[in-house]
Amino acid sequence: MHAEAGFLTSRLEEAIGWARKYSIFQYPFVTACCGMEYMATACSHYDVDRFGAGLPRFSPRQADVLFVVGTISHKIAPVLKRIYDQMAEPKWVVSFGVCTCTGGFYDNYATVMGIDTIMPVDVYIPGCPPRPEYVLDGLLKLQAKIHAEHATGRRPGPEPRPELTP
Amino acid sequence: MNASALIQAVKDRFPAAVKAAHAYRGDATVVLAREFLLEAAGTLKEDPAFQMSYLMDLTAVDFSAFGKKPAHAFFASSGVQLQPSPDIPDPDPWPGPPGPERFAVVYHFFSHRLKHRLRLEVPVDEDDAEVDSLTSLWAGADWLEREVWDMFGIRFRGHPHLRRILMYQEFAGHPLRKDYPVNKRQPLIGPVN
Amino acid sequence: MAQATPGRLETRDMLLNIGPAHPAMHGIIRIVAQLDGEQVVDVDVEIGYLHRGFEKMSETVDYNGVIPYTDRLNYVSPLINNMGYCMAVEKLLAISVPERCHYIRVILSEISRITDHLTCVGASAMELGAFTVFLYMIKAREYLWELVEMVTGARLTVSYCRVGGVKGDLPEGFAEQCRKALGETRKVLAESHALLTRNRIFVDRMSGTGTISQEDAISYGITGPFLRATGADYDVRKDCPYSVYDRFEFDVPVGTRGDNYDRYLVRMEEMEQSMRLIEQGLRDIPPGPFQTNPETGLPIPAAEMVDEGKIGNIQAIAGARAVTDPTLDGSAKPQHPNIAADEKRVFLPPKEDTYGNIEGLMQHFKLVMYGHGIRPRKGEVYFPVEGANGELGFYIVSDGADKPYRVRVRPPCFAIMSALPKLLIGDMAADLVPTFGSVNMIGGELDR
Repeated sequence: MHAEAGFLTSRLEEAIGWARKYSIFQYPFVTACCGMEYMATACSHYDVDRFGAGLPRFSPRQADVLFVVGTISHKIAPVLKRIYDQMAEPKWVVSFGVCTCTGGFYDNYATVMGIDTIMPVDVYIPGCPPRPEYVLDGLLKLQAKIHAEHATGRRPGPEPRPELTP
Repeated sequence: MNASALIQAVKDRFPAAVKAAHAYRGDATVVLAREFLLEAAGTLKEDPAFQMSYLMDLTAVDFSAFGKKPAHAFFASSGVQLQPSPDIPDPDPWPGPPGPERFAVVYHFFSHRLKHRLRLEVPVDEDDAEVDSLTSLWAGADWLEREVWDMFGIRFRGHPHLRRILMYQEFAGHPLRKDYPVNKRQPLIGPVN
Repeated sequence: MAQATPGRLETRDMLLNIGPAHPAMHGIIRIVAQLDGEQVVDVDVEIGYLHRGFEKMSETVDYNGVIPYTDRLNYVSPLINNMGYCMAVEKLLAISVPERCHYIRVILSEISRITDHLTCVGASAMELGAFTVFLYMIKAREYLWELVEMVTGARLTVSYCRVGGVKGDLPEGFAEQCRKALGETRKVLAESHALLTRNRIFVDRMSGTGTISQEDAISYGITGPFLRATGADYDVRKDCPYSVYDRFEFDVPVGTRGDNYDRYLVRMEEMEQSMRLIEQGLRDIPPGPFQTNPETGLPIPAAEMVDEGKIGNIQAIAGARAVTDPTLDGSAKPQHPNIAADEKRVFLPPKEDTYGNIEGLMQHFKLVMYGHGIRPRKGEVYFPVEGANGELGFYIVSDGADKPYRVRVRPPCFAIMSALPKLLIGDMAADLVPTFGSVNMIGGELDR
């Protein structure tokens, strides 16, 4: 559905974008220490439910947003990719914590240096672990992105990772 | 028993097996020849003088790069050689690695009743990296030995099913050995980054 | 294989693969259970999904650089790991830290222990359906994390201890804030007791499941609240006391049956004992300079003092006293003797000395430049502390260089997880959830 089709359809786009961004079913793929801050964000003090994203769905088929929380090692990477593949479109990926963004300070034989090497990422939330306020900021950016996607009809693609010449 | 009494008791019990012993910083340590390991461990567990009910830890150390780190200047191209500070003097120095062999398998025992600790070091050569398994005495040795196999490549005779525990089966090499580079990745999917 | 003959149906065992991505809160692990109907016949546990190479990384950084890696071992009680590692290196160096530093470390370790037990009991209650208890306990954990943030600057991964001391002294108002946080925690514990301890569903699901005998527990190398629930009373703080634990008066709760319910009760009681320890610590801590009058001297913000020193304006800062925010900038000179061992080869000097006189500058240089740094003598040590899951031991081998040669951490939940087949076989499939919850598996510590 493209936005230039007319007044009614663009209002519809807005409505769908608004509905999508305020009813996020997240799949929290929690591995490590960031999971503690994820728990803190989801609980009473920093309640993520007031943003509409409070219901985790533990089946990838039912989820919209894949929150990759915590270090991804090479052993779990195929499992993560399979979960990402199982999710139905439209889907978004949030890279929570610096280990998922770039590998963090675990530059060794066991760690994936950033999950954007194996799947496209929409929002990066750095921090080790990020404070709940950063997580909520990232969530707001994600919501803006979800809204923009549907409003324009085009999905703003993730930036391609620059090739590192060896 | 305190550290020196423990060492003496072990030496009395296994005079042929004990290659060296020390109590650096108060930790009773005995270097044992590997043929006597199972027998010694059994005695440590059952004998009322020792009663080592706990196998606290089982690990290994790779001594191939011991003392070999050169002190380098901040800018290698400057040609400046740093003189590192002299060693802090020690009235009772550590005798050094347990032997010329590359590896040493280190066992930490603890007695729940008598509250004493003992460390056993078993030197293992690189070509014949095999030691007796202690799974018949302590059930916890199972996973600990699997980890030593995974990380160092030291086999354990008599272990029910020696396979990798922390790394995936497709991984080649033993990461904690000194000749394995830190960031040599072997990804299952994705690029080698 | 069973053959189905007409009139007779045979069943065969089912292999249920739980994980590595599964809804439980405790981390990624794979449990392959062979089920005969509902009964668990055999279990195989596969770990290593969070292996991050702690031991290999610690060979590439210097002694103080390992401390952030130790934070992320048992990430719900990071201060206990920090303290264990720093005390191991201090044993290797044969140095001792000031009294006040010991008390600060003990108080913060006990706060960490409370956060660990809160997370464990809260998460395992949530997995059984008691979502309210989880929310209450995380609320209490937030108060404690605010307290930790007040002292260290970070909520979770604190890197607070240093070899030879701690980063900064306790700030003003810590004691009152601490008492308030402990009051809130006590309220939460009372509410949780009311909701869970005599709750029919909770008791039915937790008692009698996941039982292990004392002999089996010792054979697997299990320590900590897991072992104490079986009846053995081994606690590193009482049996091999370290730091100033021998001056405190506290009890070690011991269970009888070794099942999940006993473990829950032991953890709840341990939280109360930790709070007792904290209160005694706050009462007995040797006074620090923030409780006495500050020295006369021109106060100047530390950042300004550093800038003046860098441009060479030494006269302006000669008699000044730097004012620092203890969470961010470290510690000012008057507090230094209370938080740092008196060892020039190990601990960084206060900034007034680094920029003020040549001895401080040299001390700083010798600790920070490549090739220098903290260089213990050649040796090996093993130092155990009481982690939240049991005996957390650090085995460090040094070859005289500025980087450790081998750092081995003896993870308490590794032993407990190796006993998981023993705990699960014989129970029903649904008992896996409370048992796994009470194990308190922390992925960072298990896989390192």
